Amino acid sequence: MTTKIVVVTSGKGGVGKTTTSASFATGLAMRGFKTCVIDFDVGLRNLDLIMGVERRVVYDLINVVNDEIKLTQALIKDKQIDKLYILAASQTRDKDALKQEGVERVLGELKEMEFDFIICDSPAGIETGALMAMHYADEALVVTNPEVSSVRDSDRILGMLSSKTKRAIEGGEPVKEHLLITRYNPNRVEGGQMLSLDDIHEILRTPLIGVIPESDSVLQASNQGLPAIHMQGSDVAEAYKDVVARFLGEDKPMRFTEAVKPGWFKRVFGAK
Amino acid sequence: MGFLNFFLGEKKSTASVAKERLQLILAHERNGRSSSPDYLPQLQKELVAVISKYVSINPDDIKVHMERQGDLEVLEVKIELPEGK
Repeated sequence: MTTKIVVVTSGKGGVGKTTTSASFATGLAMRGFKTCVIDFDVGLRNLDLIMGVERRVVYDLINVVNDEIKLTQALIKDKQIDKLYILAASQTRDKDALKQEGVERVLGELKEMEFDFIICDSPAGIETGALMAMHYADEALVVTNPEVSSVRDSDRILGMLSSKTKRAIEGGEPVKEHLLITRYNPNRVEGGQMLSLDDIHEILRTPLIGVIPESDSVLQASNQGLPAIHMQGSDVAEAYKDVVARFLGEDKPMRFTEAVKPGWFKRVFGAK
Repeated sequence: MGFLNFFLGEKKSTASVAKERLQLILAHERNGRSSSPDYLPQLQKELVAVISKYVSINPDDIKVHMERQGDLEVLEVKIELPEGK
C-alpha cells in the first residue's frame, strides 16, 4: 500500500480540526494502519495536548524541517495505540519557518518508513501554514460547523484545494475532498435554528463523509488529553469510528442526525 | 410555540435565511474566484507570439476572457486582424 496524505482543514478556527485530526488518526491506527499525525500549527501547537503527549515533546516539526535532528527523534509514539505516531508543531518559532522543500522531505521520509496514512492537522486561516498543510495532500477532510461563517470559509478552502495544491498545480488527479460536519445539533435543525446537513451539502457540493454531533464528551475528552474516539459509548466516538470506516470504503448509514424527543419523564422533571 | 406561530403566521426560520444568504454570497464569491484564472495573461502572451509568426498584430488585438455559465466554463478568445495587411 502506498502512503496516503490527508489534510484536515477548514479555514475557520475552532470548528474541530484538531479534535478531528486526533480522532481520525487514532481511528485509522486502531484499524491497524501505521499512521502519523502532524501538527502544522507552528507557534500555536495544540495537537500534543489533545493527544495527551504534551510532556513528551522534545523535538518538533521545525527541527526536522531544518534538518537539525533526525525524523525518528521527533516522532512521538502513542502509548495506547500501536502504529500511531505524533509529530508536534513548534511552539516558539514563527510560521515562516515552515519551508516547502523541508516539508516535502519530511513527508518523503515518512513514506520511506512505510506509513499507511499521514494526517496533516492544518492551522486556521489561509496563510503559509494552511497552504503547507494542504500542498501535498491526496485527500482532504473539510471540517465545517452548521453556521454561516464556517460554511463560507469552507467554500474558500475548497477553492484553494482545487487550485493551490501540488495536484492542482501539476494538473494531476484533483485532491479528493470529503465534507465533515461537526457540532451538529439535530434538535436545533428540526427547530429551524440550524442549517441542516442537506443544506450544507447542497451549498458546498462536496461528498459528505460524516456528521459529528455536538456533545459534552468532546470537552471531557480534551480535558483528559484523550482523543474523543476513545470516549467509550459516546455518540462522538461512534460517529468518528463511522467516519474512519467510510474513509476506508465501507458503507455506513449516517447516525446521530435525527432529532430525539425527550421522554415523558424528562419532560415532566426536566433534563439533567 | 409552534402552535402559536401557526396562527400568527409562520415566520421564516433563521436556518433558511442563513441558507439563502450563503447561496447568494457564495455564488458571487465563486464567480470572482473563477472568472480569471492565473494563466490567462500567460495564455494571451503566448497566443500573441504564435499569431505574430504569421500575421503582424498588436498585443491588444487579442482578448482572452473566461466566463462561467452554470456548470460550464467558456473560454473566449477574440483576435482582431489588422485591415489590409
